[in-house]
Amino acid sequence: MSGASADPGLHTAADTAVALRARFPEAVVRSHTVCGQVVVYVTNAGAHAVLEWLRDDVSQQFNYLTDITCVEYRDPERELEVVYQLRSLDRKVDLRVKIPLNPDGPLEVRSVLDLWRGADWLEREAWDMFGVKFRGHPDLRRILMWEGYAEGFPLRKSFPLRGHWSRAEQTRQALEANPEAYYSLEELSIAEAYHELPLDVRERLAKAGKVLP
Amino acid sequence: MTPRTIEMELSTPGLDARGQVRNVPLGVSRRPSESVNDDFGAEHMLVNIGPQHPATHGVLRLVVELEGEAVKRVIPHIGYLHSGFEKLGEYRFYNQIIPLTDRTDYLSPMANNIAFALAVEALMGIQITERCRLLRVIACEMSRIISHLVWAGTTGIDLGAYTPFLWMFEQRERIYNLQESWTGARLTTSVARVGGMMADVPDGWEDGLREFVRTFPNTLREVDTMFTRNAIWCGRTQGVGVMNAEDAINYSLSGPMLRASGVAYDVRKDRPYLGYDEFDFDVPIGEHGDIYDRYRVRMEEMAQSVRIMEQALDKLRPGPVDVADPRITLPPKSRAMSDMEAMIFHFKQVMEGIKPPAGEVYFGVENPKGELGTYLVSDGTAKPVRWRIRPPSFLNLAALPKLCDGALLSDVIAINASIDIVMGEIDR
Repeated sequence: MSGASADPGLHTAADTAVALRARFPEAVVRSHTVCGQVVVYVTNAGAHAVLEWLRDDVSQQFNYLTDITCVEYRDPERELEVVYQLRSLDRKVDLRVKIPLNPDGPLEVRSVLDLWRGADWLEREAWDMFGVKFRGHPDLRRILMWEGYAEGFPLRKSFPLRGHWSRAEQTRQALEANPEAYYSLEELSIAEAYHELPLDVRERLAKAGKVLP
Repeated sequence: MTPRTIEMELSTPGLDARGQVRNVPLGVSRRPSESVNDDFGAEHMLVNIGPQHPATHGVLRLVVELEGEAVKRVIPHIGYLHSGFEKLGEYRFYNQIIPLTDRTDYLSPMANNIAFALAVEALMGIQITERCRLLRVIACEMSRIISHLVWAGTTGIDLGAYTPFLWMFEQRERIYNLQESWTGARLTTSVARVGGMMADVPDGWEDGLREFVRTFPNTLREVDTMFTRNAIWCGRTQGVGVMNAEDAINYSLSGPMLRASGVAYDVRKDRPYLGYDEFDFDVPIGEHGDIYDRYRVRMEEMAQSVRIMEQALDKLRPGPVDVADPRITLPPKSRAMSDMEAMIFHFKQVMEGIKPPAGEVYFGVENPKGELGTYLVSDGTAKPVRWRIRPPSFLNLAALPKLCDGALLSDVIAINASIDIVMGEIDR
């Protein structure tokens, strides 16, 4: 690889891909360059160790998490990907790391909240829109859709543009929506109000999957 | 007189049918055994701010846990403006997505249009013309100025200063007039197209911008006089909502929020696009990471934007705006009506759209709010497989609970204002 040298400042993203293959031979599936940007595919099991090494190793220093998102292709044969867009602010290098997942299988990856605090809302959004679970995230709630939203995960390709339900059904559900469901259990526990709620409110909360012990 | 049904329904929700006080879900829940005095300092109070509240700068809802006046916890709730833009984009041609980008960060619509066009051009490997490049630089810096003017004006109102708001909105109006004479729209400009712009600027437009560039620094000086050494302003902003550099990076902050904390990350300098590296401008960096530094950074950024616009105006020469590839840009309307070939290209583009090759690209630009990323995945068809917006104020707002650590309730309003959120972009 050209550009490789002892000075960490001269490592390009392509060098990082080579270093990753050498260091994590069983975790790195493949890597390629597209539109001048390096993409590394890693296995679900090895992803967290790879990301931690990328953040902490002195030759890498990917200290800035630009984005976490998911991609599902129209081709049902292709895998659903969890995409991490990383940046090293000091070295001025970008890298994209992808975890391919079987779209029909369990969608679960390990949270990187322990590495970058910025992952908090990004992972919640990925869960909200794609249904990818982030193991270890302490507060994995829906973020853009409301709590108790039952129609599915809007950015999945199996989700029609106008939703699964008819307009009439959606309107009926919206009119029936109970405002108490928007309060998270955390908020209710701060107010210590849960046990003082009227019975019918508690029943509706239970319908949204929220019960305090 | 018998009570009417409607009156029953409108009665205070905290009372039951017999008029006895009933505990409401999110109020101060006082147990009957406790005396009134226990409420003061003994119990945590939960205050709900928004989603319909002028100081939340959009439909943001904050649930604040208070101990007296001190904030113990802040829980933001978003999603009230969710419109599913990313999903809609998967059903549209690339040029049809541009009107959607207007409506994300609606305080800087031109910069959003251009960010999206740049991403598609990176995906297709299109080289835009020199005049188009300079017009885009000017449009981006105009957006930066109007966005920061709204920020400084509304934040001033939140902290009790009304007059500078009027001065700044007067200047903002002048840029809106320029936007209107260029695109026909003031807010939803849709100015960019893949490979060009919707139109060249009209005659005399550059003189109007030169006049703005010449006189606008006067307003900056006036605002500086009113705010920078103002005891109330300093007292409300200095040392409030502090974020150190390490945390700012860890929380993925960007834009003025990150730079006020002392991190010199500006996409225009670190990953130059639109030839920003050949412009002479400085990136202001804060020192303390508080609201005051965010204010200073944004004020200086407006002055730097003026410098960039001056240089761009000097470089601007007549010439073509759109690339000369009929598969990418529409032929002139006059030719489409008289020339067979031009009509075929017109028809094919309108009916079939532009088809980038299969691939993917992440393109980040420095928007007024921070790094706006566009992540596009194409499978070779005319509609993207995935159009992801990396919204800067989404990530900046996510740090609000951390910023409000140890603050007072009145500080929450100031800190929330200092983030410069725009809900259209956060909820998308």
